[in-house]
Amino acid sequence: MTAALSISGLHKTYGDDFVALKGIDLDVQPGDFYALLGANGAGKSTTIGIICSLVNKTAGQVKIFGHDLDSAREQAKALIGLVPQEFNFNMYEPVQEIIANQGGYYGIPRSVTLPRTEQLLKQLGLWDKRKVMAQKLSGGMKRRLMIARALIHRPRLLILDEPTAGVDIEIRRSMWDFLGTLNASGTTIILTTHYLEEAESLCRNIGIIKQGELVENTSMKQLLNRLDTENYVFDLKQETAVLPPADAGCAISLRDPTTVDVSFNKQQYSLNQVFAYLNHHQLDISSMRNKTNRLEQLFMDMVTTDRPAAKIEAWDDKRTNTQSTEASTP
Amino acid sequence: MNRQELWTAYRTIVVREILRFSRIWVQTIFPPVITTALYFVIFGNLIGPKIGSMDGHNYMDFIVPGLIMMAIITNAYSNVVSSFYSSKYQGNIEEMLVSPVPNWIILAGFISGGIARGLVVGIAVTLISLFFSDLRIENAWVMVTIVLLTATLFALAGLINAVYAKSFDDISIIPTFVLTPLTYLGGVFYSISMLSPFWQNVSLLNPVLYMVNGFRYGILGISDIPVGVSYAIIIIFIILLGTFSLSLLNRGIGIRS
Repeated sequence: MTAALSISGLHKTYGDDFVALKGIDLDVQPGDFYALLGANGAGKSTTIGIICSLVNKTAGQVKIFGHDLDSAREQAKALIGLVPQEFNFNMYEPVQEIIANQGGYYGIPRSVTLPRTEQLLKQLGLWDKRKVMAQKLSGGMKRRLMIARALIHRPRLLILDEPTAGVDIEIRRSMWDFLGTLNASGTTIILTTHYLEEAESLCRNIGIIKQGELVENTSMKQLLNRLDTENYVFDLKQETAVLPPADAGCAISLRDPTTVDVSFNKQQYSLNQVFAYLNHHQLDISSMRNKTNRLEQLFMDMVTTDRPAAKIEAWDDKRTNTQSTEASTP
Repeated sequence: MNRQELWTAYRTIVVREILRFSRIWVQTIFPPVITTALYFVIFGNLIGPKIGSMDGHNYMDFIVPGLIMMAIITNAYSNVVSSFYSSKYQGNIEEMLVSPVPNWIILAGFISGGIARGLVVGIAVTLISLFFSDLRIENAWVMVTIVLLTATLFALAGLINAVYAKSFDDISIIPTFVLTPLTYLGGVFYSISMLSPFWQNVSLLNPVLYMVNGFRYGILGISDIPVGVSYAIIIIFIILLGTFSLSLLNRGIGIRS
């Protein structure tokens, strides 16, 4: 099957000496929802810029659904939609005009773009604002406007560069739903984001760029499976001052009299065993939640240290501000 | 893109450009009309009668073509330089760069926008001039073609300025220190036959002189320069600047990292 995006040997050097990309090789399959992550300055935006013809590459090859960006530029570009990181529309144009004009740049006549514009604006909750100047929109509305604009020509590959930055949680969730539906309908999506829970909940595959190199390219599931440690917060029905003992594979700490943090090695223990153990020590649980985002834990490990992701340490009580007790485990 | 798609893309850019300067007509259309009307009142009505005739026409009639051409030149240039630079500054030039629209269509669209503003202002100034002079057109074909070619040339110059501009200061330096002096010294207010031979020869290095005189030939039937030479100079400059502009866009100078 022809890859939706195929990158090989992609290099980019700014000026004489700043090497932003050091030979990226990447294939994204049609229909995928792919997360491209990396710290600031890692090379994500440069990669996206090259794919979307906003940055000139130094070397390498980029193909969009088999169309080479050098030799079949028009065909390749016609298949891509970009939602950039920064607001980049004319602030002094009405919403409807911005989207319809974008369709025009793709050669789509007004008779087609106007109904599509209406459909997209309604789907994204912007129809009431169609005649408003873009500068009058809120941050969340501007983000949705950029999504609508990127979809006017019905691209097969949608690239989202931090699409939910600065957007409140309610709108972010509705955008997730919209993007999920779009992906389910067959659009391949590449997402960069600093909200790792966003990548974890939306994306099936993931690539991590570090200092201009793709250091990870795998499925989200496989990546998360490398995480040995699970961290949970348990809310208790009754206050407690004494904690049950723990061992090397499990740490228990008291955050406050009704909240307990538990960190355990999932190779050694299951969540059922943890429940049973807490119950056995008369700790009646009312609710529980994940303490930290799992992907965030892996990501931090990959981009901030040279340790491999599979060797994340079990529990670091310096991360919390709690009393801690250790003893034997279930 | 096929021919129909290219036409749609071109029309989109042109209509967008026309809507842009129409929306802000108080900044784009009105000021040059007022300024030129003041020239008509002061130079034509007040000072003109004291100067007498020039090349067989009264002074007011003599300066009308030059003032119309000055308005066209300034506005064709300003429209493209400000629009293209604003697109760079706000980032919305990327809307076109990510799309399959070829660079020559982008170039043609912006240039057509500049020509459109030049024509709108030119027509408005011409209508104002009717209050002050008895304008009769000697050669409509020459007048129209010189206007279109001149507007094209200065729209191209505006685009090159915008490509290299890194701040809003950069888009006002060329109009202030190059364009205005060239226009004022390009025979708008006088015939170069009034100058000494040395300054006549220096004036011949000024490209604006050929445009003003070509236009004056179209309206009054008089010119310091043979009209064929005017056409040749303008067309050569258009080819040079057009080729250079397209190469700048193709290389992504000022618009791609």
